[in-house]
Amino acid sequence: MAQVIRSPKQYDVCIIGSGAGGGMAAKILTEGGLNCVLLEAGPNVNPEKDFKMLMWPYEATHRGAGVGGHARENFGEFLAPNGAWKIEGEPYTSAPGSNFQWFRSRIVGGRTNHWGRIALRFAPIDFRSATRDGLGDDWPITYEDLAPYYDKVESYIGVFGTKENVSSAPDGVFLPPPKPRCTELMVKKACDKLSIICIPSRLAVITRSLNGRLPCHYCGQCGRGCITASNFSSSQVLLPPAMKTGKLTLITGAMAREILVNKEGKADGVSYLDKATRTEKRINARAIVVAASACESARLLLNSKSPAFPAGLANSSGTVGKYLTDSVGSSGYGYFPQLEKMPPHNHDGVGGMHMYMPWWKFDRKNDFPRGYHIEFGGGRDMPGVGMFYGLCRDEEGYGPTLKQRARQVYGTHIGFAGRGEMLPNPDTYCEIDPDVVDQWGIPALRFHFKWSDYELLQAKDMQETFRAIVETMGGEYKTKTSIHGEYPFGIEPGGKIIHEVGTARMGADPKTSVLNGFCQAHDVKNLFVTDGAPLVTNPDKNPTLTIMALSWRASEYLLDEAKKGNL
Amino acid sequence: MANESISRRDILRTLAVTAAGGSVLQVIPAEAAAYVHQMVHKEKAAAPAGTYTPKYFSASQYAVLTFLCDAIIPKDEKSGGAVEAGAPEFIDLLTSENPEYQLKLGGGLFWLDAACTDRYGNVFMQCRPEQKKEIMDLIAFRKNAKQDASLSQGVAFFAFLRNLTCDGFYTSKIGIADLQYIGNTSLREFPGCPPANI
Repeated sequence: MAQVIRSPKQYDVCIIGSGAGGGMAAKILTEGGLNCVLLEAGPNVNPEKDFKMLMWPYEATHRGAGVGGHARENFGEFLAPNGAWKIEGEPYTSAPGSNFQWFRSRIVGGRTNHWGRIALRFAPIDFRSATRDGLGDDWPITYEDLAPYYDKVESYIGVFGTKENVSSAPDGVFLPPPKPRCTELMVKKACDKLSIICIPSRLAVITRSLNGRLPCHYCGQCGRGCITASNFSSSQVLLPPAMKTGKLTLITGAMAREILVNKEGKADGVSYLDKATRTEKRINARAIVVAASACESARLLLNSKSPAFPAGLANSSGTVGKYLTDSVGSSGYGYFPQLEKMPPHNHDGVGGMHMYMPWWKFDRKNDFPRGYHIEFGGGRDMPGVGMFYGLCRDEEGYGPTLKQRARQVYGTHIGFAGRGEMLPNPDTYCEIDPDVVDQWGIPALRFHFKWSDYELLQAKDMQETFRAIVETMGGEYKTKTSIHGEYPFGIEPGGKIIHEVGTARMGADPKTSVLNGFCQAHDVKNLFVTDGAPLVTNPDKNPTLTIMALSWRASEYLLDEAKKGNL
Repeated sequence: MANESISRRDILRTLAVTAAGGSVLQVIPAEAAAYVHQMVHKEKAAAPAGTYTPKYFSASQYAVLTFLCDAIIPKDEKSGGAVEAGAPEFIDLLTSENPEYQLKLGGGLFWLDAACTDRYGNVFMQCRPEQKKEIMDLIAFRKNAKQDASLSQGVAFFAFLRNLTCDGFYTSKIGIADLQYIGNTSLREFPGCPPANI
């Protein structure tokens, strides 16, 4: 190994990763008085330069398709610096028979720069689902333990929504929601007929001023990143107050290789690769918070081997990398002839749905365990690349007929996407690939992934529900799926929904879990993991809000333990 | 196009001024303005009307590409067509950067000339208008390839080009106006669905 450059400085805490979990830890720990260093593998983000808010497609040379049209393979070039399923020089592998797509974001703020801002609380039952149906495991903490932190997170970052008293979707501290779009009112009407609950969505977008941030200006482009920080991101909402304390040192371009331990078996530093100089450097710290994203954190722990921890750090249980899940995702869309007569109007709103369907069949027996929610959208969105491929496929031809048909069908489609709970299974996990390293020589991850019938039955139910809603609305359901093929009932490959969690789960028993209820490693008292890795279950609620609530709670605990001299 | 850029800059300025005293936004106006200017320069460099030099296609292939784009989305009484909207430049740019596009489009254009030579004894551009129409009508529909397998490469080529032509047209100022899209602006409150619309 090349010579390691040692920094003589000793920090209180080294945080690895600047997304939802790491950003929250940075804010709480620095405000609590600790000196922190934050390692981020990517560059800084410059909203005013990088975010393409309010840009027209024709103002970009590639019109949104990206160089060589390649931006289409991810989310399009207008999205906030967003990461990808494939990053040059940073490989991962899938075991034979497995297909897992691993999304990585290498930028300050991580995926919070572009996420859908869907901010849903887990429900009380989600922490106790094993007690109810005998599948999987319960959490070591309850909803009541986390509820005060949900309150704090929502109050600080700003989430709109309404009090609805739906047991699968607990109410929170909400700002007023935006008014529904025309297409959403149509869907709501059909849902009422079908007894499907359809309520205002809950997004981390502020509709009123909050902590010096401007309210939303309704351009519909949250995914591009918001120059006014009217939507939440770690880079714009959590890191600025942490920097303001003067106690945060941010190091970008820093790829963590290994967490180092001392003779007493405590973590005492991090070895990282400084990308700019391509040299190995070392940070000394009294405590480590790992928040590199669920699988990246597992990789770091597994790669941190030492005589005291031969199977990887904090892995005496052998469960690091296990219990991996993603959300069950299946989608479809309908065509609605009545929308051809919809007069032109501004339909942008916030960058995401104003209404959604929380899990509504919690009161009956279903042919699969757990549940899913439905996201939907469509109508007179800003035109962009790919918008008329469906029309071209259906109509074919060319000339005046095609052009006239495009005018007619613009804004007449509504898409539906289910997001459901996957149960952990023994065939789904990540481990170190013995044969592959990345460009810095860090051993890469190998994924094993399998859906069980639980998930496939859920995807089937999603497809049937989408069809029922579309047909009740008088539309034509256009998506065709079947039980056969690689993606039965349209189920997305693992990792595609980017809700991968569980790889360093918390639990009461150190033999079957990595962390305790405060995200603290059972084996190493001064080591915490605060991203998606600690989650015991992956209910049908996007994990980011829960990651932040857990991180806030873990950080307060860390502060307290530091004061008591327990770390 | 400059008008929209200015309006974006103005919106950003307004937002920044509104936020004065707020926490994250004090740097915006100068940098945002510089950024918008930079984009406008890029755009002007990319599409100087009438004087475009193709980056990938030969002059003769580019002429065929332009002809086909015009046929796919022509000018009509309501709006200009794909050529006026810069679709050929857009397609040429992406093709110059992507070997897969080079195969599909560059190869497809060669296929078209070869097919026309076989059928009509001339390359596409030298065919009579009714011959051009005949071959386009053949490759514009999948069902024709089912009846005559020798058309299938042409059908795949045309389908790919049709998608890209739509991309080029409907991401242009002309195409967006043609669809009567209203938005991409800053509102104090979102009005919701106009009551008359539902």
